[in-house]
Amino acid sequence: MSLTSLTAVELGRKIQAREVAVTEAAEVVLASIRQKEPHIHAFVTIEEERVKKRAEEVQRQIDEGSLTGPLAGVPVAIKDNLCTKGLLTTCSSKILWNFIPTYTAEAIKNLERAGAVIIGKTNMDEFAMGSTTETSCFGPTKNPWNTGHVPGGSSGGSCAAVAAEECPYALGSDTGGSIRQPSSFCGVVGLKPTYGTVSRYGLIAYGSSLDQIGPIARDVTDCAVVLETIASYDKKDSTSVKRQDLDFTSALKEDVAGMKIGIPRDYFTTGLDPSVKEAVLAAAKILEEQGAVVEEFDLGLVEYAIPAYYVIACAEASSNLARFDGIKYGYRTDAYEGLHSLYKKSRSEGFGPEVKRRIMLGSFVLSAGYYDAYYLKALRTKALMKQEFDKAFAKYDVILGPAAPSTAPVLGESLDDPMKMYLGDIYTISVNLAGLPGISVPCGTDENGLPIGLQLIGDCFAEKKILRAAYAFERTGAYRHSPLANGEHVSERRVQ
Amino acid sequence: MGKQYETVIGLEVHVELATKTKIFCGCSTAFGGAPNTHTCPVCTGMPGALPVLNRQVVEYAIAVGLATNCEITKNCKFDRKNYFYPDNPQNYQISQLYLPICRNGRVEIETEQGCRKDIGIHEIHMEEDAGKLIHDEWEGCSFVDFNRSGVPLIEIVSEPDMRSAEEVIAYLEKLRLMIQYLGASDCKLQEGSMRADVNLSVREAGAKELGTRTEMKNLNSFRAIARAIENEKNRQIDIMEAGGTVVQETRRWDDLKEYSFAMRSKEDAKDYRYFPDPDLAPLRIDDAWIAKIKAQEPEFRTEKMARYQAEYGLPLYDAEILTGTKRLADLFEATAAICGKPKKVSNWLMGETMRLCKEREMDADEIRFSPENLAGLIALTEAGTINSSVAKEVFEHVFAEDVDPERYVEEKGLKTVHDEGALRSTVEQVLKNNPKSVEDYRNGKEKAIGFLVGQTMKLMKGKANPGMVNEILRELLSK
Repeated sequence: MSLTSLTAVELGRKIQAREVAVTEAAEVVLASIRQKEPHIHAFVTIEEERVKKRAEEVQRQIDEGSLTGPLAGVPVAIKDNLCTKGLLTTCSSKILWNFIPTYTAEAIKNLERAGAVIIGKTNMDEFAMGSTTETSCFGPTKNPWNTGHVPGGSSGGSCAAVAAEECPYALGSDTGGSIRQPSSFCGVVGLKPTYGTVSRYGLIAYGSSLDQIGPIARDVTDCAVVLETIASYDKKDSTSVKRQDLDFTSALKEDVAGMKIGIPRDYFTTGLDPSVKEAVLAAAKILEEQGAVVEEFDLGLVEYAIPAYYVIACAEASSNLARFDGIKYGYRTDAYEGLHSLYKKSRSEGFGPEVKRRIMLGSFVLSAGYYDAYYLKALRTKALMKQEFDKAFAKYDVILGPAAPSTAPVLGESLDDPMKMYLGDIYTISVNLAGLPGISVPCGTDENGLPIGLQLIGDCFAEKKILRAAYAFERTGAYRHSPLANGEHVSERRVQ
Repeated sequence: MGKQYETVIGLEVHVELATKTKIFCGCSTAFGGAPNTHTCPVCTGMPGALPVLNRQVVEYAIAVGLATNCEITKNCKFDRKNYFYPDNPQNYQISQLYLPICRNGRVEIETEQGCRKDIGIHEIHMEEDAGKLIHDEWEGCSFVDFNRSGVPLIEIVSEPDMRSAEEVIAYLEKLRLMIQYLGASDCKLQEGSMRADVNLSVREAGAKELGTRTEMKNLNSFRAIARAIENEKNRQIDIMEAGGTVVQETRRWDDLKEYSFAMRSKEDAKDYRYFPDPDLAPLRIDDAWIAKIKAQEPEFRTEKMARYQAEYGLPLYDAEILTGTKRLADLFEATAAICGKPKKVSNWLMGETMRLCKEREMDADEIRFSPENLAGLIALTEAGTINSSVAKEVFEHVFAEDVDPERYVEEKGLKTVHDEGALRSTVEQVLKNNPKSVEDYRNGKEKAIGFLVGQTMKLMKGKANPGMVNEILRELLSK
C-alpha cells in the first residue's frame, strides 16, 4: 500500500514506529502533488524547502521524544484563508496576491505544536465566497473523481487534495457549508464544529458570526483526531468557548444503539437529486439497522435559511473586507490620482465579481433605511431558526440529511447563475446560522460515479454524537470513500 | 431688529482613558513611541486578527457613568462604524451606537454668578481612537502611524442644555475634574486627551423648535471654546438677520484667525452602515460589578471641600482652591499627612506654588515636585533651620527640580545663623555704617529699623535669624 493512501493516523503511527521518516512522508506527499497537480490544481502555494526544513525539525523533536502525538510528522494542507507566518496567504484573491502574514492562526499553531508539517496552501473560492472553487483568482480546482467537474467550495482545494491523496488531511473553513459541501462532492469526511470551538484568530474573516475552521480527512477517525488537536479556548478570540469536552476521539465507538435520529421532511422535497435522496435514505436505513431510532419530522423555516444567510454573511463581509484597500498590504493599483481613486481602483481591480456582488449586497442591507428591513429581520430569522433546532434536539440526538442537493456540477456551469449556486447551500447554511456542528460523510455515488455526502447535524457542543453516528456508519463498510482506494492514480484514471 | 436670540449648545466630549494598554489588544498606550512600535496585528487591522475588550476600559466608562448619574446599560454591545480613511486600519471604527454603556445622566454645574443648573447626559459610549497621518510635503507622500490606533476613548454626549459659553466652560471644568478625580483620564485639552466638539444653534427667544445646528471642531483650550462659541453664535445670528438660513455642517475653528470654516456638509453625510460587531460578544454588566466600581468611587470635590474644612480646619477659600485640580488636592493631602501642618501646606500651595505656576504659564497638573520635599521644607522653616526668605529661595528649586531641601540647604550653607556673638558683631557694624538711620530711629522714626534689619540680613547673606536680629538691634539702639 502506498504511503499516500494512508490516513493521517495510520501515517502518524508509522512515523512514531520509525517505519517512516518525517522527511520521507513529506517527500512522498510532495511527489504526489507534483504528479497530480497539473490535473487537480488543489494548491496555490507550496514551498518545498520550507517543508523539508520543517520535516527535519519535527523528526528531531520526535527523536528527542518531545513529540509523541498521532499527528506528529504528518503533512497537512491548509486552506489559503488561514494566516501562516512567513508564507503567502492570499484567500485566492488578487487583492492579497503578495500578502505574507506576520503571525500564524491559532488553529495552525495548535497543529504545529502537535508536530504537523504544513505542506502548502490550498485553493478556494475567493474569500470563501462561492460553492465551486471557481471564483478563485488562480483558476478552478478540479474534482479528482472527474476533472470535468468542480470539487465544490469554498474549501475545494483542501477537499480535492485529500481526495486525490495529495495529502492525508487538510484544514478548511465553513461559513455556509464550505467544508461539508466540497467534502460531499469529493467523497471525503469534513466536519464543521460548533461555533466557538476552534479559534478564529488568524482566519481571514468572511462572515465572522458564522465562520468556523474544521478538519477534512479521509475517514471519521482522522477528523476526530484533528478536531481534538485544533480545538482550544483562545483568549484572542472573544467568541471562543471554554469547553471541557474536547476529547472527541472518545466518541469513536461503533455504537448507535438507541440513538435518536431525526430526518427533516423539508429536506427531501423539491430540488433534491433522486440519486442523492436515495443514497442518504439508504444510509439512514443502515444506521437504523445498527440500532438507531430513525424518524421523520418537520423542521420549520428551512426556506428562510438562504435569504437570512446571504443577508448576514454579506453584511459582515462588506465590513470585514473593507480593510483590503491597497494602503497597508496586498494589491495596489498602478495608476491613481488621490486617495479616493487609490481605493476605488485597487478594490475594483483586486476583487473578483462574486466578492464584489456580496460586498454590494452587504453594503446595501446595512445602509440607512434598509438595516431594519433586511439585516435586523435576518438576525431575527436566525434566532427563530435556532429555536427550531432547539425543538428538534429536544427529541433527537442527531439530524440526518444530505450535505448538498446534488453531486458536483460540471465546471463552468455555476458561475453564470449565482442564484442556483446559492440555492445549493440549502442543507448546510442553517447549521451555520444556528452555530451547530455538522459532518459530511461519503454515503454513495450517483449514476456518473460522483460521490454523495451524508450530513449529520448535532446540537451545539454535540460533536461527539455526530462523530459516533458517522463512525458507526463508516465502519459498516457500506461505502468506500476514496477514489483511489484501489491504488490507481488520478492522472491515469480521471483525466479525459 | 432688536430680536432676542437664544443660543442652544450641546457638547460631544471625547476623553482618552488612562489605561496602560489599548482597548482591543495588549499594546501600550504610552505617548510618543517611534512610529508603529506600539502596534500588533489587531491594532493595525491585519487580516484574521480579532479584538478582545480591555476590562479596564469598561470599568472607567462605568465609573464616569456613575459619577454623571447615568443608567448603566447592562447588556451593551459594540458596533462597527464603517468608513474609509487610512488612519483607520480596518476601515471601520469599533464604537457603540445602538446600546451605549451609559445613558440618561446629568451633571450639575455652577456658573460664576452662582447659578446652579443640570446638564443632561444623553449617553456615554466607548470607542477606539484612530492612527495618525503624517504628510510629507517634501516627498509628496503620506505615512500612517498606528501607535494611537486602538487607544481607548469614551465619548460623552450631552443634551442641548447649555445656553452660553460660560455654562459650557463650567460643564467642561466639572467633567474634567470629576474624570481626573476618578483617575480615568488626565483630561488635557492641549494634548488631546480631552476633546470637545460644540454643537450650536440659535433660535428666537421663546421659540420651541431648535434651530439648525453646526458642529465645531478643533477646539484645543477652554479659551478657544469660549471664543468659538461667541463667534459661531454671532455668525448664525448674522445669517438669520440677513434673512438667510443656517446650513447644517461641520466647521473647523482656527484659533489664530479667530474664525471657523466649513469642513463638510452634513447633508451629504456618509452612511456609516453601523451594525453590531460580530467579533465581540455582547457585554453583560451585572449589579455586583457596578456596585464594586461604585464602592471604589473616590471623594469628589464637594465632599473634599467639606472635609478639608472639618478635618484640617482650612478656610473655605483654601479648600476651594486646593480641590480645584486633582494634582493640587493630592499634593496637599500627601504633604499634610507627612508634616502634619495643613495650613502651612495650604499656604505654600496657594501662595508660592500658584505664583510660580502663573509665572511659568503652567497648569497645576504639570506640577512635578514631591510631597516629601515640600514637607521637608516646611519642617526646616518650622524648626527655624532656615528663615522665610531663604525658604522661598529653596522652594523655587523644589518646584523646578524637586530637590531635597535639607540637602540643598546643607550644601549651599543656607542655615540660619543663631550665633548671638556673630549676629551682635554684624549688627554693631551695621549701626556704625549707618549713623543716619540710627539717628532717625532715635528721633522717633520707627520705620528706620526695617532698613537696619535689611542691611544686617544682607551682610549675613539672608541667613540671620530675623527675630534675633530685631532683638539685638532694639537692644543696641536703646542704649
